[in-house]
Amino acid sequence: MSELQQRRVAAGAGLGLEIDRDRPLAFTFNGKAYQGYAGDTLASALLANGVDVVNRSFKYSRPRGVVAAGAEEPNAIVQLGASEATQTPNVRATQQALYEGLTARSTNGWPDAQRDMMSLIGKVGGPFMPVGFYYKTFKAPASMWLTYEKMIRKAAGLGRAPSEGDPDIYDHVHRHCDVLVIGSGPTGLFAALTAAKSGARVILCDEQERFGGSARDSDETLDGVPAPHWVAQIVERLAAMDNVTLLVRTTANGYFDHNFVTLHERRTEHLGDSAAMTGGRRQARSRLHRVRARHVVLATGAHERPLVYAGNDVPGNLLAGAVSSWIRRQAVRPGERLVLSTTNDTAYRAALDWQAAGGEVVAIADARANPEGAMVERARAAGMRIIAGSAVIEATTDRKGHRVNGARVAAVDIAGHRIDGSIETLVCDTVASSGGYSPVVHLAAHTGVRPVWRDDILGFVPGQTVAPVKGFHPVGAAAGVYSLGMAFDAIAEHLPAALAADGIALAPSAPPQLETLAQGEAVGLYHVPHDKPTMRAPKQFVDLQNDVTAAAIELATIEGFESIEHVKRYTAMGFGTDQGKLGNINGMAIAARCLGQTIPETGTTVFRPNYTPVNFGAIVGRHCGELFDPERYTAMHQWHVEQGAAFEDVGQWKRPWYYPRQKASGERETMHEAVARECRAVREQVGVLDASTLGKIDIQGPDAREFLGRIYTNGWEKLAVGKARYGLMCKDDGMVMDDGVTTCLADNHFLMTTTTGGAAAILEWLEIWHQTEWPELEVYFTSVTDHWATMTLTGPEARNLLSELTDIDLDREAFKFMEWREGTVAGVPARIYRISFTGELSFEINVQANYAMPVWEALFAHGDQYGLTPYGTETMHVLRAEKGFIIVGQDTDGSMTPEDLGMQWCVGYNKPYPWIGKRALTRSDTRREDRKQLVGLKPLDAEVVLEEGAQIVLDPKQAIPMRMVGHVTSSYYSPTLDHGFALAVVKGGHKRLGERVYLPMADGVTHVAEVVSSIFFDPKGQRQNL
Amino acid sequence: MFYIYCPYCAEYREEEEFHPKGQAHIARPLDPMATSDDAWGDYLFFRDNPRGVHHELWVHAVGCRKFFNVTRDTRTYAILETYRIGEQPSVTADSVSTGSAASTATLTGVQA
Repeated sequence: MSELQQRRVAAGAGLGLEIDRDRPLAFTFNGKAYQGYAGDTLASALLANGVDVVNRSFKYSRPRGVVAAGAEEPNAIVQLGASEATQTPNVRATQQALYEGLTARSTNGWPDAQRDMMSLIGKVGGPFMPVGFYYKTFKAPASMWLTYEKMIRKAAGLGRAPSEGDPDIYDHVHRHCDVLVIGSGPTGLFAALTAAKSGARVILCDEQERFGGSARDSDETLDGVPAPHWVAQIVERLAAMDNVTLLVRTTANGYFDHNFVTLHERRTEHLGDSAAMTGGRRQARSRLHRVRARHVVLATGAHERPLVYAGNDVPGNLLAGAVSSWIRRQAVRPGERLVLSTTNDTAYRAALDWQAAGGEVVAIADARANPEGAMVERARAAGMRIIAGSAVIEATTDRKGHRVNGARVAAVDIAGHRIDGSIETLVCDTVASSGGYSPVVHLAAHTGVRPVWRDDILGFVPGQTVAPVKGFHPVGAAAGVYSLGMAFDAIAEHLPAALAADGIALAPSAPPQLETLAQGEAVGLYHVPHDKPTMRAPKQFVDLQNDVTAAAIELATIEGFESIEHVKRYTAMGFGTDQGKLGNINGMAIAARCLGQTIPETGTTVFRPNYTPVNFGAIVGRHCGELFDPERYTAMHQWHVEQGAAFEDVGQWKRPWYYPRQKASGERETMHEAVARECRAVREQVGVLDASTLGKIDIQGPDAREFLGRIYTNGWEKLAVGKARYGLMCKDDGMVMDDGVTTCLADNHFLMTTTTGGAAAILEWLEIWHQTEWPELEVYFTSVTDHWATMTLTGPEARNLLSELTDIDLDREAFKFMEWREGTVAGVPARIYRISFTGELSFEINVQANYAMPVWEALFAHGDQYGLTPYGTETMHVLRAEKGFIIVGQDTDGSMTPEDLGMQWCVGYNKPYPWIGKRALTRSDTRREDRKQLVGLKPLDAEVVLEEGAQIVLDPKQAIPMRMVGHVTSSYYSPTLDHGFALAVVKGGHKRLGERVYLPMADGVTHVAEVVSSIFFDPKGQRQNL
Repeated sequence: MFYIYCPYCAEYREEEEFHPKGQAHIARPLDPMATSDDAWGDYLFFRDNPRGVHHELWVHAVGCRKFFNVTRDTRTYAILETYRIGEQPSVTADSVSTGSAASTATLTGVQA
């Protein structure tokens, strides 16, 4: 720190309005220590310390410095964070407030931005890296792309993600308001005040460190006071109103349908690496406000456009407006000798401020033949040299390219795109340029509205689609109104009327008084001609972040890219986090000139959310960790946990998968061992499954039975009270969508069960048919999935065990298969269903979920002598598959009819009403004999368990690609049968019983299996009827 | 993110409460078995994809669970009306004049 803040100028009138020289702050950049002041941005502090090179460019690795003072900054993109966990990529140094201990690095450059090895490519390979370089060079051979990509990725990139967990928390806030004002420049403030004074609910947001926008560094007066004071007064009035929410450091990043706007509020980013702890709790680092506004006032202002000239990317090339900002806000004059190149009056302020801050203004190159206007006169009065009709055609540089050392100025013939006469070389260290202003239309474009060109302001303004976006009001510079007086008048005149249409009555508001300066007309210059043709001239950059040059755009048009969207994609102009803030208009102007079109004919590309990068934490909010997705537990969950169950996710449910036990050897059972033990227990003694997750829908009403007959494939008209029936449900295309047992509780009262995963969708399915097709049926549906806990007691000893606990007569004649009874179990009111998904004697005990745990525990209190064993979903799968019972969604995939599944027994062909799915079963396609049909597969090698999803072929010797005739849907090892077995779908499978099929695997092994019936165990179904 | 007026709840709610269910007014043929394969295929699979006014079926999935209809402009995503099942739309492609787009530029103070 030999030269401490050598570019900070001494205090003076209008210099350093926002810094506090009594509060120095230490920070490090690329490992080197520096000092700035409170009120600095990281960018202004780096400039104050004379740090010219802040980064290396994306493609050519050229040294780059800070260019702009706000969100539009393309170069000074840094990696923030003193620790691994707080690493934050993609931070614009111009938007980052300085704080004590701030630690930042360049995102590009190795070993660092000052001494960059990759620049060899920029200097040596530069001429050989034309537009489309990567497309053209690495397109062949295709197999090498994975190798190329790794190299390219390493060379590219704008920062890196942290590899440790984020210590911070983030919030989401949902808001409604009458008027959302985006941008707090003078027009935004006036619009907010106008609306707020009448009581409307107003949110005013601004992305910068403080409110005021352009008024922060304006030397104008408003209502008779200096602009920064006026800002403070208005903000104070707004802050005192209950109906106003002020959000500073808050970027409106996306503007979505129906006036939904996302605001990213950075609450602690200006204070430290991570949010502070207060009272043992960490503050939220940032908030994402999800705002539904009735009206959106877009007061986002305009970005200054740089001119495109040779060498315009070398550090020392700056935006004119940014120069004023730094001088007036932070008392930083980023150089000694300035040459200004401009097309308009406004940029003259940079030269006037430069001189006021003690710098030398070498010359002002004004592209206009006869510059005139109040600002021009002030410059003349200050003795500045104005070179009319000319522009900086090239910024020259020192050998390393680290700083501008001169400007070549020539008269330019704009219409002819050439220079006139001789070239004068001026010695300087700074070139500031201004090619006019581009309204910030990004948010407007998010709504799908294409910006439209206005010749009178030389810029795109928010356009409109076939119909206006309701409640959207661009104002001020964002709408192309650069005269503050006119912008105020328009708001005063039209905002009340616009809001009155929505019933929001605004009192008239007098526009602020201001002094109006005479302005000379601006001229349209974008790409400054050079004495050499564009292709041979030193690089003239259009998009600094993506390293797109004027030559690249010319080449793209020569190579046949005519649509601006194609030019954008070929050159990468306006890509990524930049979103074309500085370069897009210049790029379009160049493309238009090359194509012999006007700019409106060429059009503009689309800007997309987000306007500036948002960190993932803010997007995620609290929806992470255990709040990422709800977990659903059954009433017996704690018991399963205590038994050491392994769990399986089924939708949001946590279901016991299997219950590994400790073996005599002291080791825990493997899943295979546990499942084998559980299977044997069910087949030989008795097991119990927590089946509470099955979907349960209570159906009531006089037409409930008719409804079931229409929605299920099978018949329901004869199902008596006390009986249950398996039902199959199809979509109207004839494909199976769900199945389950439905019980008749009373003549107009049924309980439907659905698959665990299908519960919500089936309820909606019932509702859509009832509400839209059959509203005349009187029937009501209620989800009771969570109300009932279900315990499936199954196995030869099930009756003996249950009889100890219930008052229901379990005699096989008194309580038959496919019936249900009401009574008590362990003293708790219960419904028992005698249905079976295992093929064994089964009783499904249903009790109110709140009383379930004592019942479950009672079963185990009496279960020892019967060998009661809890089993999980894996055992359930093995047992049901042994019986050939399908799982919808596993053995079916939305292309299986009941007939494909061999379930004709479950189809009521003669039911009177044309039930859902019936018509489709007579289509020619569903009648094909070579449809994939459900069969069993028995591997010839008993040890083999086929892979689920494995493809089936008839001839393993055929050439690849083989003709695939089906695939395995379920496959397990059966401890009961002592061999592997599978369910599969095979083309024409029902007629292939006894044939051999082949399953070639990726590792070269081909399995052989015999096509068999899908029922492997107890084919006559005798065991469930014990 | 739409802001949708549920005609049953009589309130505007966020899109997250709703599910879209495709084109509205798709009636199931009353006598499916007498419907040709082609006509049945049309009913099952073929839907309009207009540029402009479109009638859609939505359900207030985590609200009142009622299905209702939405008339939406597919160009602007503006919702022109919502109405109950069994009712007919009052805004249709025929009723909407597409020729005259109103100006949004009132607040700019610059009228074309």
